[in-house]
Amino acid sequence: MLTIQFNGQPTSVPEGTTIEDLIQSAGIPSRFCAVERNLEIVPKNRYAMTTVEENDSIEVVTLVGGG
Amino acid sequence: MVASSEPAQDKPLKIGTHTLESRLIVGTGKYETLDGMRASLLASQSRCVTVAIRRERLYDGQGKNLLDFIDLDRYTLLPNTAGCYNAIDAVRVARLGREILKTLENPGFDWVKLEVLGDSKTLLPDPLATLEACSRLVDDGFQVLCYTSDDPIMAVRLKAAGATAVMPAGSPIGSGQGILNPNNLRIILEYLKSEDPEYPVIVDAGVGSASDVSIAFELGADGVLLNTAIAHAKDPVMMASAMHHATLAGRQSFLAGRIPKRLYAQASSPEEGLITSRPHLSDGSAVRSTN
Repeated sequence: MLTIQFNGQPTSVPEGTTIEDLIQSAGIPSRFCAVERNLEIVPKNRYAMTTVEENDSIEVVTLVGGG
Repeated sequence: MVASSEPAQDKPLKIGTHTLESRLIVGTGKYETLDGMRASLLASQSRCVTVAIRRERLYDGQGKNLLDFIDLDRYTLLPNTAGCYNAIDAVRVARLGREILKTLENPGFDWVKLEVLGDSKTLLPDPLATLEACSRLVDDGFQVLCYTSDDPIMAVRLKAAGATAVMPAGSPIGSGQGILNPNNLRIILEYLKSEDPEYPVIVDAGVGSASDVSIAFELGADGVLLNTAIAHAKDPVMMASAMHHATLAGRQSFLAGRIPKRLYAQASSPEEGLITSRPHLSDGSAVRSTN
């Protein structure tokens, strides 16, 4: 198992976990989100081929109401 | 020949490559319900709405997404960098917003409402960080709509840095104090538009009521951006409608050209043909005769 920071929460995931796996297991509708891995944006078409590594910091953001 | 009773059509608001049918831009924050937000946006007649970028809430799989309540065929989204206190964070958030809007195929993907704050109590912008973030985002290909204070020199600096529009605050965000310094806004409009009359200046923040919106347009602003004044009104939908009408009223009042202010009255009815006498108070004779 690997430990990553997933939206600020320490999270254990199996080795080989991809961004796609993370988003799906969290039930996030990927149409409305963007992903950052260690401060770099991961393009949508690379979710399935990007595996997370130990101590990665993953941020998944969406749009919310704002002014 | 009978003159038309309809006023001449106003030009749409052009901001960079974007053209908006309504000069009112409204925020999507602080609504009690998303249904209420949707109805208010509709009543405002706005075609451009601001949105914020935040962490996806991982624990709330059932939660409705804001975008389920925003008709993306009707509204151009304008992502903001609200909550950023330095240039690095603002650029980071702007890029994430662009990524989401690209996926949504919304035309707003290439612009951003830049907001870099200096202090969480006043929510006043940090001018140095704002200027730095503006330059970086312009270099990165963004059309930057830049929130700033009502300082004319800062407004000039932001335009020179490549901002697509400068958006001075009327008063602090969410304060509802209206336009506290109309003279600063006049100077900003004069400086930014003197050789570039189409350059968009948008009053962003501080609006409390419909009359504030009209005043902004009467001063010559091209657009008004507001959120709290609608979202926290007792009846948001009715206030949204009031803001729409205030936009039209203020803009038409500006275009129509107001009369100059005078110290003394000017009678609306003719002086000629009066059958009554007047006291000649105005030449002082009546006052003097009491001596």
